[in-house]
Amino acid sequence: MGTNLAANYVEVIAVILFGIGFTDLFLHKNLIMKIIGLNIMDTAVYLFLAAKGYIAGHKAPIIVDGVQSTSAYINPVPGGLVLTGIVVSVSVTALMLALTIRLYQQYHTLNLDIIAMKVKEKEE
Amino acid sequence: MSFVQNVPCFSILLAMFAAIITSAVRGKTARKICIGLTIIEGGMSAWLLSFLWKTGESYVYVMGHFPAPWGNELRAGMLEAGMAFFLCVIMVLSLWGGVHEIREDLEADKAQFYYIMADLLLASLLALVYTNDMFTAYVFVEINTIAACGLIMMKQSDLTLAAAVRYMIMSLMGSGLLLIGICLLYDMTGHLLMSNIKEQIISLATTETYHIPLLLTIGLISIGLAIKSALWPFHTWLPGAYGYSTVSSSAMLSSMVSKGYIFLLLKIIYRVIGADTFAGSHVINILFIFGIVGMVIGSLDAIRENNLKRMIAYSSVAQIGYIFMGIGIGTDAGVGAGMYHIFAHAASKALVFIAASGLIRASGGKSRIQDLAGAGFRNKLAGAGFVAGALSMIGIPGFAGFASKLMFAQASLVKAELAIPVFMALAVSTVLNAIYFMRVALLIYTPDDVPLVDAVAGAFRLRENQKHSVRNVQPEGVLSPEGITGMAGTNAVAGSTARADSLAYAAAILLFIALNLFLGICTQPVLQLIQRGLVIFG
Repeated sequence: MGTNLAANYVEVIAVILFGIGFTDLFLHKNLIMKIIGLNIMDTAVYLFLAAKGYIAGHKAPIIVDGVQSTSAYINPVPGGLVLTGIVVSVSVTALMLALTIRLYQQYHTLNLDIIAMKVKEKEE
Repeated sequence: MSFVQNVPCFSILLAMFAAIITSAVRGKTARKICIGLTIIEGGMSAWLLSFLWKTGESYVYVMGHFPAPWGNELRAGMLEAGMAFFLCVIMVLSLWGGVHEIREDLEADKAQFYYIMADLLLASLLALVYTNDMFTAYVFVEINTIAACGLIMMKQSDLTLAAAVRYMIMSLMGSGLLLIGICLLYDMTGHLLMSNIKEQIISLATTETYHIPLLLTIGLISIGLAIKSALWPFHTWLPGAYGYSTVSSSAMLSSMVSKGYIFLLLKIIYRVIGADTFAGSHVINILFIFGIVGMVIGSLDAIRENNLKRMIAYSSVAQIGYIFMGIGIGTDAGVGAGMYHIFAHAASKALVFIAASGLIRASGGKSRIQDLAGAGFRNKLAGAGFVAGALSMIGIPGFAGFASKLMFAQASLVKAELAIPVFMALAVSTVLNAIYFMRVALLIYTPDDVPLVDAVAGAFRLRENQKHSVRNVQPEGVLSPEGITGMAGTNAVAGSTARADSLAYAAAILLFIALNLFLGICTQPVLQLIQRGLVIFG
């Protein structure tokens, strides 16, 4: 168990970071902090993928000097996934930030508890 | 390969191009393009469905002719084609039914943005229905989330803003869990295509390695998608999002978005994890328990609610619970019943939302339940629609909701230890459904000059007091579509726009009622579609 964790320390860090990001997104009251949590969570997944795609001693998957053997390069698929994931998380972050600006203009606070209280007052 | 097999790819692309085209035109043209292309996509899906019904097999569509490990795949069977057809129908009817509200709730120069979001929503849902690739599914889940958020906050008010933020936060948590789940699956199996993953998972199961990571992955993916489809206890975003947005959005969110995620979950269960592996994991019990608790708690919340649209939203929590209970039974019959309930609930919940908007409009825009007294007389069509939808939700024979409840009960009989909780939950939930839907149905047929008792405090007291006024209404005349066609024009105000609006509204209500009756009476063809579809789903 312990040796496994030590050998796969990048994955362990990625999962810990994912947990931190998720908890932050879930529990933090401040909207900006939540967005930061979201980004930590997504980045942790990219770290995980990058670690999975890496093969020690192999090069980046760009053909140089005509070497076409697969044993020369690392797995390119996780790189593609990370790129796609980055695009998704950038757009989602942009949307969240825009929403946060609008919300701040309406309620003059970033604290979700206070916003929830004001919403409740308005509902009655 | 025959030409009709291009339909999955074409309908996704068509919906995406519709979004691009609508961004360049004005509001009214945008609506025509959006609805027109959705009807075309629905027709194409129906064509595909009839083709697949004859062949009885599913097929794989290779995007760009790149073979399996490199290329991206779509896969279509009867269930997928049927679901795509159904989504198109619901979307057209929801847009028709909410056209007046869209005009009122949105600023005039922003109407086309609404239809962009609707097109993107449909495109992403169709992609979720047809895709055979896990990472593509993740990308379209995110597109779907963004489009749904746009639909919620199109009606610019501080309440919808807060609801949209809450929806986004919960949704992003769900997609984060889904993403890490997909990455773990890729890590374990080395594949992203669903069918390839399943082969590897079967070999993992035979060698009995990676047992705990697999269980964890199943849990992450199931819970991620359960958050996004608002299963109890992850439903906190739902009442605001459905309750305050414009009515087309509420109808589409409850009938299409959450159903799309459940469909994806079913696809992952059958095609990626394997139904047997899933049934053997503990996650299925968690979904079953959450479903049953959700059925009861959602209904209790709905009874406490004072705002009509929020009440209907809470009722969605209960109905999502039904579907997850069906998945949790863990047999093909249970999943089939859940699938049937996806159709039944989508048809009746969208109807109830659209009818409620008519009732609220007839009461001067007040959405508190007490203010709706007599609204069924002021807008007869909306009243009839609400009653039909409510009867379907409660599960009166002849309506869609009854058929699926019967199937749940039958499916649960296979396992004795499941039958008792399922029967009890069905019974309790039916009674609770009847309490809050009948309360409103009675109230809207109460002449508003009669002094009202507090509708919330005493549903039973109310029922006794108002018995005489209920007797005046002839149920047959209300329920049969023929009886109300004559009333379609009564609400029409002067002006051709208003007339066109109320015509679209009447068409939406009548077609929704017809759809409900069809699902309730002609259960066999739909059930056969689901059963044959599930066999070739995996």
